[in-house]
Amino acid sequence: MDMKNNTEQVTGSEALLRALVREGVDTVFGYPGGAIIPVYDALMDHMDELNHILVRHEQGAAHAAEGYARASGKPGVCLVTGGPGATNTLTGIADAMLDSTPIVVIAGQIATDMIGTDAFQEVDFTCVTQPICKWSYQISTPEEICWAVARAFFVAKSGRPGPVVLSITKNAQVGMTEFRHEKMDYIRSYDNDPEIDITRIREAAAAINAAKRPFVLAGQGIELGEAQAEFRAFVEKGNLPFGSTLLGLSVMPSSHPLNKGMLGMHGNLCNNVKTNECDVLIAVGMRFDDRVTGNMSTYARQAKIIHLDIDPSELGKNVPVDIPVLGDCRKTLTMLTERLVKVDRSEWIDSFRKYQDEEYEKVISRELQPSGDTLRMGEVVDAVSRATDHKAILVTDVGQNQMMAARYFSFTEKRSIITSGGMGTMGYAIPAGIGAAYARPDRTVCVFMGDGGLQMTVEEFGTIMEHRIPVKMILLNNSYLGNVRQWQELFYNRRYSFTRMTNPDFQILASAYGIPSRRVIDRKDLRDAVREMLETDGPFFLEACVEEEENVMPMTPPGNSIDDMLMEC
Amino acid sequence: MEDNKLYTIIVHSENFSGILNQIAAVFTRLQVNIESLNVSASSMKNVHKFTISCKTTAKNIDKILKQINKKLDVINASCYTDEDIFQSEIALFKISTDEFQNWEDTSRLLRGYNTHIVEVTPEYLVVELSGSGDDIDSLYRELDRINCVRQFVRSGKIAVTASSLEKVNDLLGRRQKRYQERRMQFPAEGQSCSLVRYGDFITDNQK
Ligand SMILES: Cc1ncc(C[n+]2csc(CCOP(=O)(O)OP(=O)(O)O)c2C)c(N)n1
Ligand SMILES: [Mg+2]
Repeated sequence: MDMKNNTEQVTGSEALLRALVREGVDTVFGYPGGAIIPVYDALMDHMDELNHILVRHEQGAAHAAEGYARASGKPGVCLVTGGPGATNTLTGIADAMLDSTPIVVIAGQIATDMIGTDAFQEVDFTCVTQPICKWSYQISTPEEICWAVARAFFVAKSGRPGPVVLSITKNAQVGMTEFRHEKMDYIRSYDNDPEIDITRIREAAAAINAAKRPFVLAGQGIELGEAQAEFRAFVEKGNLPFGSTLLGLSVMPSSHPLNKGMLGMHGNLCNNVKTNECDVLIAVGMRFDDRVTGNMSTYARQAKIIHLDIDPSELGKNVPVDIPVLGDCRKTLTMLTERLVKVDRSEWIDSFRKYQDEEYEKVISRELQPSGDTLRMGEVVDAVSRATDHKAILVTDVGQNQMMAARYFSFTEKRSIITSGGMGTMGYAIPAGIGAAYARPDRTVCVFMGDGGLQMTVEEFGTIMEHRIPVKMILLNNSYLGNVRQWQELFYNRRYSFTRMTNPDFQILASAYGIPSRRVIDRKDLRDAVREMLETDGPFFLEACVEEEENVMPMTPPGNSIDDMLMEC
Repeated sequence: MEDNKLYTIIVHSENFSGILNQIAAVFTRLQVNIESLNVSASSMKNVHKFTISCKTTAKNIDKILKQINKKLDVINASCYTDEDIFQSEIALFKISTDEFQNWEDTSRLLRGYNTHIVEVTPEYLVVELSGSGDDIDSLYRELDRINCVRQFVRSGKIAVTASSLEKVNDLLGRRQKRYQERRMQFPAEGQSCSLVRYGDFITDNQK
């Protein structure tokens, strides 16, 4: 196709699709409707370059776009109609905002001259989405399309990434315009690549070099900034042990000797203890979420805190920072590494061992070599991780299944954990898994979920069926809204208010969709079932019937200091 | 509980629709009332200036500034205390002549406040006062005591900073220079529309 700038007149819909292709879009998750029909009509002429996946609910489209973005590093795109189609994407937009996931949501809108009359399916989507996205804009004329698409993609993926919403009125879709390729890399009101203050770099490097007990917190910012190699060089040169946030778990291989695992409420004990023992705490691309810090008033009070982030609004937001280092961490890490000196810190690094051993004995061994007959979540996760050689992409839903998957899955490759961290959106896993499978057809995608979350977006079984999307779904079925039940058990006197669930026969459900499936009850069948799942071409649904009242341990109870963890109960 | 203090926030933004809404939403989110709000063109083309005052805690002000600065089309938002700015406000009082004539000291009162009489009719006069918020409050109280105020309106505080240069000019200049340097270093392919603003773009096309 001729893509040169010329004076050929095309419809707004055609211009929109050409602009998407020019932005490198190859996959679109969507669902049609009246206010977006012209774009869907034009789509039929672009099927060779744009792969449109028809989801079964627009929430699914938004999460699929998120999964696609997280796995690929490119913005995910979703295309929906106005009114209810648009509002169904809200959960995904808010989720993408809290987890800094670059997605572009394109929603139809009624014709400009009808706006303001409460016309059929009129929702002021721009206004509704403004507080939960990075940029929301209504395209009201065909002339704006190329500009708005260029701006949308630039905004979504640059700086601290996030969701962008474009509403496009019907008259803009059908009106004629000239297609011009617009490229955007500068918006004067928006600093996507903040200037690095060299004084701060020097201060930070000096503090790290002088540190006796440094500890690093690795966040998703490292993945978003594609700074995994720079991070590795940084911690290796400085001999710096680190723990990761939930979203940062795959920035470095799990087996790396400096990698001490996960931070926070259900993280690894050693990390939380060492956070409150270290003399210099270096946070990279993370935001001190309350699930990571526990009680803020006792969090790392003894430490000098260095915070590297690209978003100025994060610096000093939750914890007082001694040395804020604003900038793209790919650059700031490199500048820091250049200034680091090699220091022997083996004694400090070895001191983590004691707590790792304690956790292994009290928690991990019981999870992986349980004494009871019933399957435990941890052993199922471990079996899947091993069977994939720890090379798979892990997608999780929310709840106990999420925490167990995060704790017992191991990673060898970057961009390998896709989970709803900031929002904790149940129902995220299946559609996000679909997105990840399209982004990385070369990798195995393992999707863990609970019986509650599964039923929130189970309609996407239809999408999986239609396209035989190779997602390996593992249901950790405990017949409870387990995460809430755990809180009720521990903090509400075991009063199980509405957390027990009567579930359908998930095997029949999977078979209704023609998805190969298997149920595992006995431990002796686990490995074979996992093998069957991975050897089967296309999708597979594996249901593991796990202990009903298992608890995720260790746990920092709410209000406790982060290092004050329950180890058993 | 931390004490509430009066803060003046000055925001510069692009002249796009919907920005006021986004800024106001930041206050709503934190349940902070806006005491006064003034929006107008600034000395720079296509840049709008918001002068917002509110009473809140230092902690909230920090959150508010961070959230406003995060908005894509906001160029910058800063917070000022009274020493950093010159501020003023205009009020119009519509005073009914009946009560006014019955009270001999009124004209002395108005002169004492440095007011201007803007309009005189047989029924009322319109008096303008520009000055500090306190002056306006106090004149209002005195006139209200004789029950002659028929209408009253105030503009909300406007302010200029004490520093010699408009900070936002500096900021935009620096950003643009850095961008151009980067472009020289890494000449990107394709035609850049980065400097074409939406308003300009439409006019271009309509020509
Ligand atoms: C959409 C949504 N609704 C409610 C919650 C609150 N919530 C968090 S975890 C959880 C229980 C999840 O149960 P299940 O999916 O069975 O997973 P499990 O914890 O049992 O592994 C609930 C209800 C949520 N995070 N998201
Ligand atoms: Mg459950």
